Amino acid sequence: MIPFLARRLLTGLATLLLASVVVFAVLEILPGDPALLMLGMNASPEALATLREQLGLNDPVMVRYVSWILGLLTGDFGRSFTYSSPVIDLIAERAVVSLPLAVISLLLSTAIAIPVGIFAAARRGKAADTLSMGAAQVGVAVPNFWFALILVYIFAVWLQLVPAGGFPGWKAGLWPGLKALILPSVALALPQAAILARVTRSAMLEVLGEDYIRTARAKGMPRRHVLWRHALRNAMIPVLTILGLQFAFLLAGTIIIENVFYLPGLGRLVFQAITQRDLIVVEGVVMLLVASVIFVNIVVDICYALVDPRLRSNA
Amino acid sequence: MALIEIEKLSLSIGRVPILKSIDLTIGAGETMGLVGESGSGKSMTALTLMRLLPDAARATGRVTFDGIDILAAPEAAMCRLRGNDIGMVFQEPMTALNPVKTIGEQVAEGIRWHTGANRADAEASARRMLERVGLPEAKFPLTRYPHQLSGGQRQRVVIAIACALKPKLLVADEPTTALDVVLQKQILDLLRGLVAEDRMGLLLISHDLAVVTDMADRITVMRHGEVMEEGETAQTLSAQVHPYTRQLAEASMHVPARPNRHAAQAGGDNLLEVDAVVRDYPGRRRALFAPAEKFRAVDHVSFSMKPGQSVALVGRSGCGKSTLARMILALDRPTGGDIRFLGASLTSKSEAELKPYRRNMQVVFQDPYGSFNPRHKVERLVAEPLHLLDSQPSPAERREMVAEALHEVGLRAPDMDKYPHEFSGGQRQRISIARAIITRPKLVVADEPVSALDVSIRAQVLDLFAELNQKLGVAYLFITHDLTVARAITDEVMVMHDGRIVETGRTDAVLDDPQSEAARDLVAAAPDLKRAIRRRLHEQG
Repeated sequence: MIPFLARRLLTGLATLLLASVVVFAVLEILPGDPALLMLGMNASPEALATLREQLGLNDPVMVRYVSWILGLLTGDFGRSFTYSSPVIDLIAERAVVSLPLAVISLLLSTAIAIPVGIFAAARRGKAADTLSMGAAQVGVAVPNFWFALILVYIFAVWLQLVPAGGFPGWKAGLWPGLKALILPSVALALPQAAILARVTRSAMLEVLGEDYIRTARAKGMPRRHVLWRHALRNAMIPVLTILGLQFAFLLAGTIIIENVFYLPGLGRLVFQAITQRDLIVVEGVVMLLVASVIFVNIVVDICYALVDPRLRSNA
Repeated sequence: MALIEIEKLSLSIGRVPILKSIDLTIGAGETMGLVGESGSGKSMTALTLMRLLPDAARATGRVTFDGIDILAAPEAAMCRLRGNDIGMVFQEPMTALNPVKTIGEQVAEGIRWHTGANRADAEASARRMLERVGLPEAKFPLTRYPHQLSGGQRQRVVIAIACALKPKLLVADEPTTALDVVLQKQILDLLRGLVAEDRMGLLLISHDLAVVTDMADRITVMRHGEVMEEGETAQTLSAQVHPYTRQLAEASMHVPARPNRHAAQAGGDNLLEVDAVVRDYPGRRRALFAPAEKFRAVDHVSFSMKPGQSVALVGRSGCGKSTLARMILALDRPTGGDIRFLGASLTSKSEAELKPYRRNMQVVFQDPYGSFNPRHKVERLVAEPLHLLDSQPSPAERREMVAEALHEVGLRAPDMDKYPHEFSGGQRQRISIARAIITRPKLVVADEPVSALDVSIRAQVLDLFAELNQKLGVAYLFITHDLTVARAITDEVMVMHDGRIVETGRTDAVLDDPQSEAARDLVAAAPDLKRAIRRRLHEQG
């Protein structure tokens, strides 16, 4: 297990390094002069030159890349031109919204999807299966912002149980913060749950056709026992793969939902930074997302190894 | 009173009748052999006893086990019965165990479930059971996972699960079909011992008459879901009153006619020369940066073949015979040594340079279905090797060549417009032979070409191989663990063990009087119908 972890961490770091080169290079190639953007169109050439010198924009590419990387390692992501505050502070401010949102949505979708998938697989071809998979089909097809609007209408406008949008900040207390995240996480979780339920069902069905399921039944294990004790763990590999992908998406792909609910999350930060050519912010957020995707993948790999002993020795 | 009584059992899945009015009884401590070809309903009979049939199956008639009406018993009662009073062993040990649970958990699970024992006690009994099936604690602790065991060892675990609670009846459905002959003998000996010690009834299902004769007191012959004949084993098989029983017995001992079998060996250049060939595979890494340990699959193997010669390469599973075959077919490159075919070395040639050699060597695999793309028609499948020819035939010529190849293997020209699933197993193997001979190769490598086939089909396919050898002068390299096949169709045999060839010689000479230990083990373990019948009759006096 230790060599496996060490190898996995090393490849993770290598991927991260490679990603940093790509991110840096792409933003290097993109048109747009940060100094010009910061000072505006009417800036004097002298002022521009001074600012370029200050920002180190005149240094050779390699030097700038290395200093950028060294900065990342020490937590210095640079300063945003548009917000004129350190990028790391901007990210931290947004992450306290995005991270809980992602985690809650993931927990919700898992809690819904896995039981539904197992249930549908156990009742293959019966009414319960058809019904739940029909619902899942709808869940996959309907975009999450539509769910969001319906949820807002029912729970915020009509029942007035939760706010329709905005985020009071965690300083306002745990409950008001969570309350603001309930509807967005449900809206995010539903389509994810629909996909996950279908994956769970098909993985379970495949496993239930295996020879070792018959062996377990021949031992005298009742059907339900075999389902939970023998089939479920074997069906987890594809489910974990999808969960990993979904978590990565939830961290950064929530821009639409953030807009619907006026949440100050990472998605909106990145969106605004891109439209304003605030490249330092884009670089920082993208690197952070790359790092978290790599981290999630390592966690998923560890989960694979925990689930399946065959993957422990030669992964 | 009989332990199990089956009366007029009929079974259908959907509208397809599977079993038709089966009668079968097994007494306590008795071994009943159930033989028949694939599709005869043997496995469905076994699954009916366990009531583990597919959901769509409908059974009528009576099945009584120890006074319990199996067909009418509630599911909870069946759960109490399964694994406790009736144990079952399956054909495919590689997939019969749950890959994510330790062998200890899997053996102990049934014990805990049925006896309510606590974990420690159940594990202690599991430990004792694993010792009994020949998996000692030192090498096979309870914490082993199935993937850390070989096929034979996994089958022992499956047997331990089935016998852990000393069932009154053990159902073994082709328990050794997936294993090589030496392992087969070990597993059969183990079953025989357990059955005798615990006085279990045994229902042994097999397509192999010799295996059943060796093991069973009584035998039931099935065909197309019906019982053909039932009786005391040795008498049934020596008298062969029923024509189908006779047909089965004859097919299992069939030797194809090959009048001029030694003509090929007279002088001439060698067709194939294998010279000190070695193949290493990287083994498991011990540490992060340590070099991987090597595993030597083929270890300095040398031999040669003349044109038209038929040679068997026999050995246990994992001895390196398939690796050697892959290198001869230039599908894999040797780590060391040289392979010369038609006088030229294959080992250093590029794929383009290999083309003229490839059309002179073709291959027939064990599983005809797995080696066909199911979405292609037979014409395309059989014509596949034609791209190796220097000048490409026109579509009309191509169809003609396919038609001729199909004709040679006993199929009809219109068959080329069908898909592989429309054929039976034996016909599919004929198609793969047609594909192998369409380029008129000088050498055909056949990797266990008949081991997936029923005995009567096997006899026909062996006849076909013999006929093509006579007619086309094609040389064969037969890779097999089945000595009956080697004896039936080859002039020479090479015995392979742990990557080396340990014995070579004329097939009958080696098989009648093996010199090396590996060859002796193989010969001693190979089931032999005549020998088994003689022994049974002798035992009865």
